[in-house]
Amino acid sequence: MARAFTPKVVTANDLLEGDVIYLTEDDRWSRELTEAELITDEAHAQVRLLDASRQANKIVGAYLADAIAGEDGPEPTHFREDFRRTGPSNYAHGKQETSPQPRA
Amino acid sequence: MYRYSEFDTAFLAERNAQFRAQVERRIDGSLTEDEFKPLRLMNGLYLQLHAYMLRVAIPYGTLNSAQMRQLALLAEEWDKGYGHFTTRQNIQYNWPKLNDVPDMLDALAEVGMHAIQTSGNTIRNVTADHFAGAAADEVADPRPYAELLRQWSTDHPEFQFMPRKFKIAITGSENDRAVIKAHDIGLQLVERDGVLGARVIVGGGLGRTPMIGKELSDFVAFDDLLAYLEATVSVWNQIGRRDNKYKARIKITVHEHGIDAIRAKVNERFLKVRPQFKGADMNLLEEIKDHFAPPTFREASVASFESAYTNDPVFRSWVDTNIAPHKNADHAIVTISIKKHGQTPGDATAEQMRVMADLAEEFAYDELRISHEQNVILPHVHKSDLPAIHAKLKEYELATANIGLISDIIACPGMDYCALATARSIPVAQEIATRFDDLKLEHDIGHLKIKISGCINACGHHHVGHIGILGLDRAGVENYQITLGGDATETAAVGDRTGPGFAYDEIVPAVERIVETYLEQRDSAEETFLETYRRVGMAPFKAALYPEARANAA
Repeated sequence: MARAFTPKVVTANDLLEGDVIYLTEDDRWSRELTEAELITDEAHAQVRLLDASRQANKIVGAYLADAIAGEDGPEPTHFREDFRRTGPSNYAHGKQETSPQPRA
Repeated sequence: MYRYSEFDTAFLAERNAQFRAQVERRIDGSLTEDEFKPLRLMNGLYLQLHAYMLRVAIPYGTLNSAQMRQLALLAEEWDKGYGHFTTRQNIQYNWPKLNDVPDMLDALAEVGMHAIQTSGNTIRNVTADHFAGAAADEVADPRPYAELLRQWSTDHPEFQFMPRKFKIAITGSENDRAVIKAHDIGLQLVERDGVLGARVIVGGGLGRTPMIGKELSDFVAFDDLLAYLEATVSVWNQIGRRDNKYKARIKITVHEHGIDAIRAKVNERFLKVRPQFKGADMNLLEEIKDHFAPPTFREASVASFESAYTNDPVFRSWVDTNIAPHKNADHAIVTISIKKHGQTPGDATAEQMRVMADLAEEFAYDELRISHEQNVILPHVHKSDLPAIHAKLKEYELATANIGLISDIIACPGMDYCALATARSIPVAQEIATRFDDLKLEHDIGHLKIKISGCINACGHHHVGHIGILGLDRAGVENYQITLGGDATETAAVGDRTGPGFAYDEIVPAVERIVETYLEQRDSAEETFLETYRRVGMAPFKAALYPEARANAA
């Protein structure tokens, strides 16, 4: 039996800033994982990844990351994605600094 | 210090202009990421977890004050006010923006620095003994030869698409401070019958298959050395495996073919290559040597040093740990610890960089070195200047007296920054340092090297740490394996695994149990951790780490 599909978000790095971004349901890129579209259907996930990969002039390295539904939106299931949505642990840099406005 | 020729300056300006155009073409959509990635990597630009990262080479670890100030400027202008010194004598900026990188490279070029070949399957930054030119135990300063290798390897047409990256380290001393046995090629300068040459070690490396380098030749005279090295890299470039990147490094080639077969192939190739070297390299080496002429060491009384040493216990403690013997008896080599307890190993702020540049200019004949152990060195200091230097360092949190001690930890960036990492290493280093500082045991424990990597690629040199720590991802949780008995020096050895790994919150207590065991087992305060481990073996450490296993076996 095929493995059950686990929910995903589309994530990438911003081409200019290099920081972590997430694809939203309304086709924006957000800096916040909680705003990402949580994808529960495998075929839809592939379509959304294609949608993302086409935007090569805005983003780098799009991929599907595991996530689960939380109270405020998607949450990471793995510590790597937890670091990506937060920033490093030795300084309050990255997303721990004042949150930049999401780019349209 | 090497000063760029017109050729060097023009070459770098052209490369930087090319990269500026490539960045523009990436941003305007003319280049895809697949097309752009190899171009940015050729110029040291990586994309990491949270941002781009620019890796700048510090060739053979040598800087002058103007270069150090420029590194500070980059940190302030285009990063978050600090830089990270790495285990390969590079500095990394963790937060540059793609648009800014061409300006950063131009700023580096102003002081004769670059990021070329700090990535990719090329010959990387040639590293050297950080005490080069100053050490009391050295046959000759290895840096002129290292600079020759930098020029030879930069844009070398035969060596731009090799099976994998290639790392060369060079030392002028029998006491190996450059980890030459864990490099693709390690060179140790030796003199035979009045002729200077090198012992050539090949096939060392860490990563997922750690290997101690083997002797390819016990002596190659300088006249023949460059041809010999070209032959060696050339043989590997041809027969090195390209089917599997994990089997591509020369250590695997040497392991699979055997050192004798490799030596035969190199000798055969050498005979073909040698006639192409018509002595231009030796003329160039002679020119380069002039750039590295030692300073005229000043003569003065050392009475003020002796008085401070006698009267100031904090100064004395710092001198005892952070000062190494200089070839000139009235001078000393100062290692500035970039490892204040609880801080990130190897991170220096722009302000600290400027302070170190000022000290170098005022007291150290304008020279600085970066060590693979992520510290900064003032290689030539008259002893009478040590009290003033120490006082200044104290003001800027740079006077930690811990060189060679348990808190002088090598740690890679780990999962706090690196896209390849499987676990964090920086917080583990911070917590170990803080813990042993709290225990006030550090000086009693003595010489002990802890090295931490956040993945199997081993940038943190964990295999050759007296205590090595490797961070892994075990079923979605950080897990840390420990090795004991590694050695990065001329008696190089790969450490032995203790057994199952430890969770993130168990790793510091585990290290504490190892150290307690050492303190119980050592036969005197003079016996170092490594000596004790070599004498008593793994058993007592294993018993301390895994009491349950012992109970079950009983």
